[in-house]
Amino acid sequence: MRLATQTGERIDRKRPVVFRFGEKRIEGYEGDTFGSALYAAGLRTFSRSFKYHRTRGLLCCTGHCPNCMMTVDGVPNVRVCVEPLREGAHVNEQNVWGKLDLDVLSLTDKVGGPFTPVGFYYRTMIRPRRAWPLYEKVLRNLAGLGRVDERGGHSRRYDVEHRRARVLVVGGSEAGRAAALAAAAEGPGVVLVDEGPRQLGEMDGVEVLTPARALGIWEGGLVPVDCGTVLYRYRAERIIVATGALEQPIVFPGNDLVGVMLPSAVRRLIHDFSIRPGERAVVIAADESGLEIADDLREAGVAVQRVLDLRETPVGELEAQRRRGRVRALLVDGEEIACDLVVASGGRQPAYSLLAQAGARVEYDSSLGVFVPTTLPPGVEAVGTVTGEGLQSIDVPPKHKGRGKCFVCICEDVTTKDVTRAIAEGFDSIELAKRYTTVTMGPCQGKLCQLASIRLYAQEVRAYESDLGTTTARPPWSPVEMGLLAGRHFEPARRTALHFRHEEAGAKMQWAGPWKRPYAYSERPEDEVRAVHESLGVIDVSTLGKILVEGPEAAALLERLYPNRFADMRPGRIRYGVLTSDGGRIMDDGTVGRLSEELYYVTTTSTGADSVTAWFEWWNAVWGYEAEIVNVTGALAALNLAGPRAREALQRLTEDDVSDEALKYLDARQLEVAGVPCLALRIGFVGELGYELHCPSAAAEFLWDRLVAEGARPFGLEPQRILRLEKGHVIVGQDTDSESNLLSAAMPWLPKMDKDDFVGKLAVEHLADREPLERLVGFLMEDGVVPAEGAQIVIEGYPAGRITSARRSEAVGSVIGLAWLPAERAEDGTRFEVRVDRRLLGGRVKSGAFYDVDGKRMRS
Amino acid sequence: MSFLLSCPHCGPRPVDEFAFFGEVTRRPEKSENGSPSLRELTEYVYFRDNVAGPQREWWQHRTGCGEWFLAERDTRTNEVLSITLPEPSRKRP
Repeated sequence: MRLATQTGERIDRKRPVVFRFGEKRIEGYEGDTFGSALYAAGLRTFSRSFKYHRTRGLLCCTGHCPNCMMTVDGVPNVRVCVEPLREGAHVNEQNVWGKLDLDVLSLTDKVGGPFTPVGFYYRTMIRPRRAWPLYEKVLRNLAGLGRVDERGGHSRRYDVEHRRARVLVVGGSEAGRAAALAAAAEGPGVVLVDEGPRQLGEMDGVEVLTPARALGIWEGGLVPVDCGTVLYRYRAERIIVATGALEQPIVFPGNDLVGVMLPSAVRRLIHDFSIRPGERAVVIAADESGLEIADDLREAGVAVQRVLDLRETPVGELEAQRRRGRVRALLVDGEEIACDLVVASGGRQPAYSLLAQAGARVEYDSSLGVFVPTTLPPGVEAVGTVTGEGLQSIDVPPKHKGRGKCFVCICEDVTTKDVTRAIAEGFDSIELAKRYTTVTMGPCQGKLCQLASIRLYAQEVRAYESDLGTTTARPPWSPVEMGLLAGRHFEPARRTALHFRHEEAGAKMQWAGPWKRPYAYSERPEDEVRAVHESLGVIDVSTLGKILVEGPEAAALLERLYPNRFADMRPGRIRYGVLTSDGGRIMDDGTVGRLSEELYYVTTTSTGADSVTAWFEWWNAVWGYEAEIVNVTGALAALNLAGPRAREALQRLTEDDVSDEALKYLDARQLEVAGVPCLALRIGFVGELGYELHCPSAAAEFLWDRLVAEGARPFGLEPQRILRLEKGHVIVGQDTDSESNLLSAAMPWLPKMDKDDFVGKLAVEHLADREPLERLVGFLMEDGVVPAEGAQIVIEGYPAGRITSARRSEAVGSVIGLAWLPAERAEDGTRFEVRVDRRLLGGRVKSGAFYDVDGKRMRS
Repeated sequence: MSFLLSCPHCGPRPVDEFAFFGEVTRRPEKSENGSPSLRELTEYVYFRDNVAGPQREWWQHRTGCGEWFLAERDTRTNEVLSITLPEPSRKRP
């Protein structure tokens, strides 16, 4: 099947490579592509077309057209004409209903009528309306190309790499190589990207990437380059585009038949792979480079039946005739020329897309008959034929007469008739017609149909191409695998210093913002709750945001950031603080401890550490207080030791005095616990006597072990949620949202309105003028059902509020929770109903804490 | 958005390293005439000029050095016209 060995061929005949095509075993050579090996093995029909399921064969052999798309090792839509051969690969045809040679759906090509025009199913299948879901299901199944391997995302690893280049040259044409070498002479940092497969040779001082595809040009000189399984995100100071020009098809009936090729395909088959592309050929060309192919064909032993130079002898009627989906003859103005190969070249169109994306103007050059880039944006240059330089003027009619389907766009099976019809239906702008007919929207992204469709359009609406302009060029310029854009599959998680202790203890871990935290250590979180109430528990609260604010004006800064007052705090004391925005809305909460005159220790919610730090820093960029803000969240672990036995356990581990007199409720003190330096905060989030011990992360496991050895039972997030709910303690972000303010969320005591200024003060002043519409209240359910968080509250048949937290509490002996209710319904004891699974269940407002109402236990 | 932004400390870096904090606004303050009206406050909290053209805005080199700074950027072209460090003032942000 192959021609005699010739110089320059890319195949290595000594190294055969074997792969499977369907069930068949195919042998090719090293240097082959799957496409060339299949062609050499006699395959001519490579695919079935998108809509009509017409037979399609090799057309461009450059990876641009859709005709050779197959599934290779599970990856769909691989252009096999450029995919290098791999030993043992498994190649399958796609978009075929039946066999490549006999496709059931090719009937749509024959029956015509209502099934063929563009947009047909939106018009044809609208009645009865109820049946649309069924139609849609069928159509979805028919539409699209290839099947995505659902586990494919995990079978290959994709990476993204950030790189810089002084000069990035796209395209390894002669002009591109010359530009790269010229740039390299000026200094390092020159990269050349070429989609291959041409041999570029050694280039001094130039980093060559091939096969590689530049996907687009974004602002800031960003050019993503697809190298298969690595995406290089290049930042280039200068971008030189040398993408050359693309051979264009000629529009005539039957121009999509198997055996109709562009000169590029013939050139590659003969010179690179030493394959005789056919037996008898006709060459039709509108430019010199198309005509030159006749010599190549003759050399390869193909009988050239006729060479038609469209510039000299314009042709009116031109029609490819078929037998079994393949060309058997070409009809030229009534004369039938038998052939099995038609090499058609409608001239070359500059591949300007990347330039257009970068912001270049693209205009129709009526002397050349093609679109060329004109004004270029700064930092972007164009060299070679992409500028239109060296191209010959072409003058082919936008379409030729003849019988049968005449394709403008082979990707989407759009015929000249479809375009005419779209215009008749009123799609009179090129952008609208594109969306309606989907011309240029297929896999080739307009490479082979942009020019043809605009020229046809211009003829039909009697306008000049220069007035119509082009449709918008969008990335990606070359097809790219979704996996490459997605990058490697990551699921980053933050782990506390005690993560492995929790796992060893059998904790069920759950997500809490970016963190992994223990949900509970057993199936019964209520047992852990009981341990805290009756004896002693310990919870890892290292996820709390921890921020140091230090400096002569630390107090002044915090006074202005928080509605609370902190300036009058004695060193060694703690206060609960809530951050508000200037709109008066609650943003975050935590404790603020004064460690010394000039040093404050601020804690935030687990998810708030970074945003609160940024918030503090921003305001201080505005105000400029003499205070440093340092986020120490990762450096410090925090363990909350809570329960009636907390003091005695702590006392056993420290020589410092931790009696109630020495370490009162809301005191902060430096302690040495089991030899570990700790900052102890005596607070009561879970409602029992408790000490939050903040220590260096490295010592956390040691301290944890010692506390557990003292009888502290580890408890997780779920028990903590029950414990805090029993106290009516709010979780910012769960019980409050972006609309909640201090007055409606039952904290009217918190803002100190006599302060000169604080973030949100003006808004709180205005809020205080009116009663809030809603209030956050506690409630007890009348029976034992736990409503879901977010459950609707119904009053007199109307939705009136929502549940934000609800849990069953053994200590209270009831289901308790927090809810937003209309302010006039928020009085203690007011009854309401909650929708739970279509039932309405009763609940009653209960203000204040549910457990240990006067807070004796946490102060004990 | 893939333009480069110059951090006052770190130089030109991809914009995804930065956090955008919106256009520079003027926070209403109390004066001898009393508190700002609800309207003034609402405009400050909720309304933005959203100009098509050069705009002064806050940026932070979030995943870099952490510095907050001001940039004047043309919102139509993403051309950054100037970069300045803030001049803190306790009176008028």
